Amino acid sequence: MKYNEMWLREWVRPDIEPDALLEQLTMAGLEVDGTTPVAGSFNGVVVGRVVAVAPHPNADKLTVCQVDDGEETRQVVCGAPNVRAGLTTAYARVGAVLPGDFRIRQAKLRDVVSNGMLCSAAELELGDDHDGILELADDLVPGQDLRLALELEDRIVDLELTPNRGDCLSIRGLAREVGVLNNTPVTELSVSPTPATCEDTFEVRLEDEAGCPRYLGRVIRGVDITRPSPPWLRERLRRVGLRSIDAVVDVTNLVMIELGQPMHAFDLNQLAAPIVVRRAAAGEKLRLLDGREVMFDDQPLLITDASGPVAIAGVMGGERSGVQPDTRDVFLECAFFHPLAVAGTARKYGLQTDASHRYERGVDYALQHLAMDRATALLLDIVGGEPGPVTEAVASDHLPVPAEVTLREGRLNELLGVTIDPAEVDVALERLGFDLLDRSTVAGTVRWTIRVPSHRFDIAREADLVEEICRIYGYNNVPSRLPRTDLGLREVPLDRASITALKGQLVDLGYQEVITYSFIDPRLQDLLAPGVAPLKLENPMSLDQSVMRTSLLPSLADVLKANVSRQQDRVRLFEVGRCFLPGDPVGQPVMLGALAWGRRDPEHWATASAPVDFFDLKGDLERLLAWTGRRVSFAPLADPVLHPGQAAAVIVGGRQIGRLGRLHPEIEQRLDIAGGIFVAELDAACVLAQARRRHGTVSRFPSVRRDLAIVVDRAVPAGEIVSILEKSLGKVLVDLRLFDVYQGKGIDSTEKSLGVGLTLQKPSATLTEEEIGQYMQTAIEALANEAGARLR
Amino acid sequence: MDIDLILNEAEVAVAGAPDERALDEIRVHYLGKKGQLTVLLKGLGSLDPADRPSAGAAINEAKERVQGWIAARRAALGSEQLAQSLAEEAVDVTLPGRQRPAGGLHPVTQAMQRIESIFVGSGYDVVAGEEIENDYYNFEALNIPAHHPARAMHDTFYFGDGTLLRTHTSPSQVHTMESQQPPIRIICPGRVYRRDSDLTHSPMFHQVEGLVVDRGISFADLKGTVETFLKRFFEADLGVRFRPSYFPFTEPSAEVDVECVMCAGKGCRTCSQSGWIEVMGCGLVHPNVLEMSGIDSEIYSGFAFGFGGDRLAMLLYEVEDLRLFFENDLKFLKQFN
Repeated sequence: MKYNEMWLREWVRPDIEPDALLEQLTMAGLEVDGTTPVAGSFNGVVVGRVVAVAPHPNADKLTVCQVDDGEETRQVVCGAPNVRAGLTTAYARVGAVLPGDFRIRQAKLRDVVSNGMLCSAAELELGDDHDGILELADDLVPGQDLRLALELEDRIVDLELTPNRGDCLSIRGLAREVGVLNNTPVTELSVSPTPATCEDTFEVRLEDEAGCPRYLGRVIRGVDITRPSPPWLRERLRRVGLRSIDAVVDVTNLVMIELGQPMHAFDLNQLAAPIVVRRAAAGEKLRLLDGREVMFDDQPLLITDASGPVAIAGVMGGERSGVQPDTRDVFLECAFFHPLAVAGTARKYGLQTDASHRYERGVDYALQHLAMDRATALLLDIVGGEPGPVTEAVASDHLPVPAEVTLREGRLNELLGVTIDPAEVDVALERLGFDLLDRSTVAGTVRWTIRVPSHRFDIAREADLVEEICRIYGYNNVPSRLPRTDLGLREVPLDRASITALKGQLVDLGYQEVITYSFIDPRLQDLLAPGVAPLKLENPMSLDQSVMRTSLLPSLADVLKANVSRQQDRVRLFEVGRCFLPGDPVGQPVMLGALAWGRRDPEHWATASAPVDFFDLKGDLERLLAWTGRRVSFAPLADPVLHPGQAAAVIVGGRQIGRLGRLHPEIEQRLDIAGGIFVAELDAACVLAQARRRHGTVSRFPSVRRDLAIVVDRAVPAGEIVSILEKSLGKVLVDLRLFDVYQGKGIDSTEKSLGVGLTLQKPSATLTEEEIGQYMQTAIEALANEAGARLR
Repeated sequence: MDIDLILNEAEVAVAGAPDERALDEIRVHYLGKKGQLTVLLKGLGSLDPADRPSAGAAINEAKERVQGWIAARRAALGSEQLAQSLAEEAVDVTLPGRQRPAGGLHPVTQAMQRIESIFVGSGYDVVAGEEIENDYYNFEALNIPAHHPARAMHDTFYFGDGTLLRTHTSPSQVHTMESQQPPIRIICPGRVYRRDSDLTHSPMFHQVEGLVVDRGISFADLKGTVETFLKRFFEADLGVRFRPSYFPFTEPSAEVDVECVMCAGKGCRTCSQSGWIEVMGCGLVHPNVLEMSGIDSEIYSGFAFGFGGDRLAMLLYEVEDLRLFFENDLKFLKQFN
């Protein structure tokens, strides 16, 4: 909401500096966004009257004018098309300084002397118009300082109003609020009803009485819309950010800004009686004032005539029935539409207007007669005409009922945490314009029952009054203290670690956390998570943020790509975040994704340069999972986005909790990144689950180590050899190291050699050579029987 | 042979022994089974019995002296060798060490963890919520019915089936109040989504919601909590002010401004010369919200607040463009490790 300070001062004059008033409004919840002066900074410009004009002898487009500046008649050369004898305009004398620090000097224009300059609105920053010089009211006196003549020492204030304060969307409402805050009287507009001078009326029927409980109409015949709005009206609208259209629209806009009541004017001769206020029927259409055509599919409230829709109630009028320059007779509408009947319509059809903005937030339902009278009087002044009587279609049962709300002193003080003197509450309620219905004292505390005035849509229950009292009392006068509470003790689960701890582990492993958007590019999603139809946003901001990720890999790959292009040579990333799996309900697991690319180690004088590989990332994962204290195994995995020979399922407790591997080389190529990209993705909840640690026995007897070198078919996974050894040796095997894997010279090309170091130990005795021999024999036999392995 | 002669010869030989082996040969030569001094000792029998004691003593003394020279020479040789090998093992201590580079937490995570630890230390529980919500939990249950103008303040991403990306972490309030009776003390940190993107807005950002519901919770409690939190977070005695505002789920509602952390309230670009920075919204939980979640608003009251974790991270780390957080440029991120 924009307003200018001068207009507000016509309504209320608090004893407070202008800047202090702005601060006061902000601190009362009406946030001031900024101010702009109504005119540029200039001086030396006065009201001038063009006395005579003559063509310039040497230029077609210039005029030589004689201008009365109150002191004498001066010769000025002017290029504006609208300059003419008798015109009252802005004259910058020699020595004047215009906005932009532009100093006016005597000049010769094509050999003709020009003493100063006639100014356009744009040159004085009084508006955008630079097509011609200013046309001022003829009653201004030449020589008068323009800043005084046009009252330019004024600012436009931009207020950001919260949706509950629809009552402040007018000069009158703001004045009322300023009056409340400063305990200052507010000047009410005095308008006397304009009596009818013709009998004409136009029939209005309310079909949707809940949506439109009150509709005032008035016929005015014989208006002359070719008459422009007077300068004061155009200027007044400019200072609240509105453009002048024609006198009828300007007047309705003025009333809306002044009183907060949106109005609409129809061309009476384009209406076919009766007007019916009703919901749209499916498929009905309307061409709007702005030329757009809308088709209704959700029954917004409409104003219709016998031939169909003529306006969307409270939002915008139709083109056909709109006022045109040749309109002679108008029908004025001044209605109360229920907020719920307008709400949503503007947004749905993309038609946010000043009217819909006000109706959605609530227009004072007792305001229509005053607004109609004000508009009629202004219109007759400007465009003349014969007004008919005001007709009112009203559904009293559906008019809002003023809420009656009780405020209890005890509850007030308890909720605010202060003790407010009831006398202060009395004053505050009165200043707010609440009707005191009852004030009683029960058991030593006061109860106030008030009736809410028709302009305060936002007051419905006690809490709302508590806020109002607090606003008047001053939020910053309420003391600050900390809640008193029982000293509870928190639960710390033994079987679950926190995400914070998990992230700490990953950081220790050398991974950098990233945070990426949850919505991603469908092409990237499809590349790295093919075969899943991701959830699509209905209204994404852009295509590359339009589907919900089902995996963290697309985003991690994207971050890698960006960083490779920023010349990184070693990248370790992780992200912990939700993924979104289609279904009913949608799955929203928290996933952990990690990525490793580039050098294994940073470039270093003592370290050979090698790229990261599968076992680097696997080692990191093993360490991370060791933190959970649970047994993990890995198995070959077929995954469309992973290298078929370098992909593993991560298995805990017989369940796959994630995957690990190199991205498929085709994907690496599509990403246009050189070198293997190794990724892992795990269900974070499974990594957070912690095994319960318990003490068993720690043997004090010596352990022995025996190494085995075996030969086995290449296809046999090492993991199988390990599990055969673990199973056959049982608890006596306390450590197992796979220290060598070899295939090549000396070994059959279908086979490989494995070196395994076995550490054996008993809890309660030293192992004898004989026992050791037996254990080794058992292991060798098991390897031979179950895996076809033999000693090398 | 004359003892003195042997001794002279032995002293010269020991002093000139270049290494351990030579020294050992010298030892054998003089002190071994057939060594010169040993032979002398064996020859004592041929002497006059009267001369034997003095001659024996002289030979023994000579043996001890030779042994002493050898021991001293051995020690000297040992330290020479040590010195030599130490010299060979010397490294250039200015060469860079071998390291495994550390990873790091995202600055927003660091700020969020800081926020959590401030509240958790005072007995607040942390509640995580899901990010795809339905209309009821994101709006209706928070006193924002369909078509409420406040919905325009939440530019929402929809899925077309009634579900949406939560626009605030407030749905977690509702879930908690539905499942738990007071006292309730929670914070709900997490990702939220709004259709907005500029220097200070990102379509995805992080919010922290706080909720306390108990008997006798007041606006004064809210003020104290919010003020103390901001001072703790920025570790500075910053001014804090409360302005009336409007959120459908709180009444009274307030916006909170903190004295600009960049200019200490003097006025700068960050605070648009006002000296104040808007950091959060808060208020007493609207009785409608308590009642919809099954909490008796006559017995209990509560306060709630919500703020952007990224916004606080921006102020803490002096980051001027919110979007930098989500570009994930490692050079940017590593500044915070």
